[in-house]
Amino acid sequence: MAIGEYLWLVPLLPLVGAAINGFRAAYAKGEKSKTLTNGVALGSTLLSAIIASFAAWRYGLAKVPYEVVYWDWIPAGLGNVAGGLLGNFNVELGLQIDSLSITMMMVVTWIGFLIHVYATGYMGHEKGYTRFFAYLNLFMFMMLLLVLGNNYVVMFVGWEGVGLCSYLLIGFYYDKTFAADAGKKAFITNRIGDFGFLLGIFLLFNWFGTADYTKVFALAAHDPLRFEGVATLLCLCLFVGACGKSAQFPLYVWLPDAMAGPTPVSALIHAATMVTAGVYMVVRSNVLFRLSPEAMLVVACVGAFTAIFAATIGLAQNDIKKVLAYSTVSQLGYMFLAAGVGAYTAAIFHLMTHAFFKACLFLGAGSVIHGCSGEQDMRKMGGLGKYMPRTHVTMGIATVAIAGIPPLAGFFSKDEILASAFFKRFETLGEPWSWFPLVLFGVGMLAAMCTAFYMFRLYFMTFVGEYRGAAEAGHGAHAGHDAHGHDDHSQGHADDHGHYGGAPHESPWSMTGVLWILAVGSILAGLVGFPLALIGKHQPTYFQSWLEPILLPIGGHAFHFHEAELTMEVILIAASVAVAVIGIVIAYFFYKADPSWSKPKQLAAGAPKLYDVLLNKYYVDEIYGATVIRGTIVLSLILKWIDTNIVDGAVNGVRHVTVLIFGHGSNLVDKYVVDGAVNGVASGAKGSSTLLRRMQTGVVQNYALVMGAGVVLLAVVYLAFEVLGKMQG
Amino acid sequence: MANYSILLIAFLIVLSVPVLTIFLIAPLVRASRPSKVKLEPYECGVEPASVAFDHRFSVRYFLVAVLFIIFDVETIFLFPWAIRLEQLGWFGAIEMAIFIAILLVGYFYAWKRKVLTWV
Amino acid sequence: MTWADLLFLLPEIVLSIGGCLLLLAPVIGGRNNGVAAKWSMLLLLVATAAAIYVAAGAGIPSLALGTLFVADPFAVFFKLLFVVVIAMITLLSAEFLEDGRYSAWEYYSLMAFALCGMMFMASGTHLISIYVGLELLSLASYILAGYYKNETRSTEAAMKYFVLGATSSGILLYGMSLIYGACGSLHLEAISQAVATMAGNQALIIGVMLLGAGLCFKVAAVPFHVWTPDVYTGAPTPVTAFLSTASKVAAFAIFARIFYMGLHSLEPDWNSIIATVAALSMIVGNLAAVTQTNVKRMLAYSSIAHAGYALLGVLAMSEIGLQGVLIYMLVYAFANIGTWAMVMLLRRREYAGENVDDFDGLHKSAPLYAFAMVVFLLSLGGIPPTAGFIGKYYLFAAAISAGYAWLAVIAVLMSAVSMFYYFRLVVAMYLKDGAAADVIPSRQVRFIVIVCLIATLTLGILPERMIRGAARSIAPIVNLASR
Repeated sequence: MAIGEYLWLVPLLPLVGAAINGFRAAYAKGEKSKTLTNGVALGSTLLSAIIASFAAWRYGLAKVPYEVVYWDWIPAGLGNVAGGLLGNFNVELGLQIDSLSITMMMVVTWIGFLIHVYATGYMGHEKGYTRFFAYLNLFMFMMLLLVLGNNYVVMFVGWEGVGLCSYLLIGFYYDKTFAADAGKKAFITNRIGDFGFLLGIFLLFNWFGTADYTKVFALAAHDPLRFEGVATLLCLCLFVGACGKSAQFPLYVWLPDAMAGPTPVSALIHAATMVTAGVYMVVRSNVLFRLSPEAMLVVACVGAFTAIFAATIGLAQNDIKKVLAYSTVSQLGYMFLAAGVGAYTAAIFHLMTHAFFKACLFLGAGSVIHGCSGEQDMRKMGGLGKYMPRTHVTMGIATVAIAGIPPLAGFFSKDEILASAFFKRFETLGEPWSWFPLVLFGVGMLAAMCTAFYMFRLYFMTFVGEYRGAAEAGHGAHAGHDAHGHDDHSQGHADDHGHYGGAPHESPWSMTGVLWILAVGSILAGLVGFPLALIGKHQPTYFQSWLEPILLPIGGHAFHFHEAELTMEVILIAASVAVAVIGIVIAYFFYKADPSWSKPKQLAAGAPKLYDVLLNKYYVDEIYGATVIRGTIVLSLILKWIDTNIVDGAVNGVRHVTVLIFGHGSNLVDKYVVDGAVNGVASGAKGSSTLLRRMQTGVVQNYALVMGAGVVLLAVVYLAFEVLGKMQG
Repeated sequence: MANYSILLIAFLIVLSVPVLTIFLIAPLVRASRPSKVKLEPYECGVEPASVAFDHRFSVRYFLVAVLFIIFDVETIFLFPWAIRLEQLGWFGAIEMAIFIAILLVGYFYAWKRKVLTWV
Repeated sequence: MTWADLLFLLPEIVLSIGGCLLLLAPVIGGRNNGVAAKWSMLLLLVATAAAIYVAAGAGIPSLALGTLFVADPFAVFFKLLFVVVIAMITLLSAEFLEDGRYSAWEYYSLMAFALCGMMFMASGTHLISIYVGLELLSLASYILAGYYKNETRSTEAAMKYFVLGATSSGILLYGMSLIYGACGSLHLEAISQAVATMAGNQALIIGVMLLGAGLCFKVAAVPFHVWTPDVYTGAPTPVTAFLSTASKVAAFAIFARIFYMGLHSLEPDWNSIIATVAALSMIVGNLAAVTQTNVKRMLAYSSIAHAGYALLGVLAMSEIGLQGVLIYMLVYAFANIGTWAMVMLLRRREYAGENVDDFDGLHKSAPLYAFAMVVFLLSLGGIPPTAGFIGKYYLFAAAISAGYAWLAVIAVLMSAVSMFYYFRLVVAMYLKDGAAADVIPSRQVRFIVIVCLIATLTLGILPERMIRGAARSIAPIVNLASR
């Protein structure tokens, strides 16, 4: 059976699940059967994952990229494009199988399935259980469309779709204002990104005459000189889109707020899959990006800056999900850094390992929150290792993995990124800015240290020491921040377990079992990228060879992976392990060795301003509020004002000018004086209704005046263009 | 190609006559000694009893006026048709019959809606 | 005048007779029966649709009234769209007509006359026949806008619409007279031939400018849009739906026909004007909508912006551009009527569902309708996989392939902005808690919402038939332009 004959089932099954559950959520009367909901949601996802695996296995046998077009979605036909070429504006709905989409598909389906399983336990007591799974399945459909589509337009369809699901799921607890605001913020920020993406698509049509991956990349690879000039603008547009979706500076602000959504959503959408769509897009477009070193440099700089920027914010946060959110932003920055220095395989490699350990961390955090009856403030946790051993061990493994300690997954991917940044220097030797990759490398190292520190800080604050939350009577203090709806949640617990307000408790197996699987993944997933240089083979890693087919040779020059001497490789590994260990050791001394946390308190007290800035996330939200948001509103108000008032102004202006010209006592003024006198009598006699009528008639006159002015405007425009044309001609 | 500047000149001349007389010549030649009484509407020695345009007319006047205009305009179509009746023949006759029929529908509607009865 | 002429004119004849009968029905029957009036109107529309099929199949060259009138596929496309739109508006109107305070027969009679005018516009190949159709539509619209005769806002809307509409008709006629002066004819084909040798002729250009200004008023494009917010807000909601879809679509039909058939070789002279109007419409319409809290006003500004997008298709002067206009009109009509139907569904009094707040928490009380509203808004915003995306895709592609990349950039940016205010309603429905305005138990309005929902999704996911239809419909005009 050819792959194309059943590949459509992979995205379609979750859609069917979404439709069934969505319909039930909207129309079924009374209590919905959870078993049925679970069966539909989990069944469709699992089946989709199995079919995806089968397709991956079939691809693995032959390694032939495969494209299958299901139907001609928009048969728009031909049209002229830039350079006197004939462009093809047809858009086909097709799916594409190659090593990149297979990788993404596997991550999405399997991690997605695991998170579905987890959610059955986590969301068990929530209202809108069926609706939740309908959204989650819909998300799976859109995400699979995004990664499997064979052209940019289909990617855009999925791109918008995952965005919509994300807003709906962030605002799932819609009775919390904070969640509604977070959803709105995510939406608005993403619109800026989508603007860039859509513009990129139209520029593709303009310059390449198509948006099919195969055709665009073949054209670009075949004739690089022709497209070098336009590639920078095009890539920057696409990258703006990627920044929005993947939460890069300056568009990252929505992601931390998105944590208002339920924790499984944070894990699936805002850590493992959707936010990596931008990375996928950049890697997918690697042929275009490789044409423009400038665009790559921008990608690398934004990535590196975001990595360190978000990591430093993460140092001072006390909300467990916020720490993880900034950590996600930072790790996404790493991926873009990798893509920017040309290590596309490393970007996808890190994307994959990150999906494992970050999903594990988020779900673990969810388990912690679940066990602590909705508490999210790490200062009120501590010593949870005793109460929830399974969560403790699995989260511990994931923490080690993200910190970059060998031989866990995070080490291999992070090390490959840092090494790529370092070796970029040798590629650019002789150029004036060849020192710059070293800066990127340094920033990456520093961010790695921060990562190790704040992750172990989280670990020590949460699981080690004594439980600090028992004395707390309630958890209302942070309810505004935690839009988690745990009031209902913990009520449910009181019935189930009978220890509401008591000691924390371990979560059910449906949750911790998933944690275990992800933890094992966090240990093993890195091995596919084992640097073979360490065992004396100078060849690309398995993962690099796997992804090599998507790195088309440009102008006949094949893609070249960096190769390193064994000693160099060992030194780099040692360095990256060393910074991680330094971070961990500092965290140990700050938060484990000294239970009163005197050192971090001293530090915070020693530099209160710096601490404030970090705690308040560099005040970026406030700055945006004061500039961008205010600016838009003011602009809109100005336009509205012009629309309703300038006409009045114009009329009054005309009157003033006439008065000036003709002086007092003229006929015209008489007329106005008379009018004024009459109207004065009128309003005295008849009150406001006459006044209102006068105003309304006035408005009609003004409107007519605007139309007259409009005709004049058209004439002026015409003349201006004429004159310009003459000047040019 | 006709020279359209003539149109423009004609337009300017036509426009300038009222502008010149009202806004330039009249203020220069006339005496202007405004007083309160003069500025009131209806300067015929009688105090204005109420505001201008404040008298309420029955809306019936308006309806009758509109109906009058419609049937008045109809005549304009009848004249050229009558002159060319021979050339237009039966076809023209039927066309005009349809035209009048449509008008009669409106007339009948107005009649039945009691527009023509004075209350 | 031959029997074949009558055949081509059959839809218009059926409508005129039907309109007269609707007018006479209450004075003969003497009762204001909203239900009977509605069914009579629907019957008339079915008869009209049948007549359109008969006329379309009656042969070529399908000219009637000399050459003033043509029943070509372009006209048929728009006529069928008009009939569908008017049928939906008939059902939307039924609600406020059935309680007996406003007379239903006259309302539908006016609607039928307006439809007749729109059909003449779609078929007109001569500026005078187009103008007569336009006036028939306008006069009926003025009265319809003031149909709530006891509501000040409605009368005010009618008054403003009438005064400004009359002004714009004057401008339009003046433009036509100048074109006649320059070309010696008002027939579009004759104009097209005369114009071919007259690039840069001042009188002609002023004529085209004034003609364009008059048409821009009808499609509500900036700077001739000032009436739109007031009239849309004041008119009864079904009439607003009528004005913002049927009336606008008809205006675009003549816009496209006049510019593609008549003035196509004069393009270098008018493109700067239309480009400016399109850019201004998109910018002003979308930005001014951002801060509106009244849904009707917001949608009014958004409809101004949509006129701007559709003008891109006129500006492009290409096959893909003209197809884009047709497709955009079709998808816009469904999404827009659906939105207005939602506003009506939430009404509490004469004007309700008007504030954004009225949509609060609708997701909980009426999930299907909240979902439908999201689909309509996504379609208006041009987000796939709704039909609006296909329309925007065509128009933007047309702008790019005609070399107006800068306009495409503005259009993309402004459709991003438009999602800000559309999303406000989504936020209200899904993310806010609150007493949504009562969902009125009107089966007809619900039916329209479902029809528009299905149409918007189907045309978005399976647009092929619509695209092929549009391609067939533009053939006569494109062939003419390429001659």
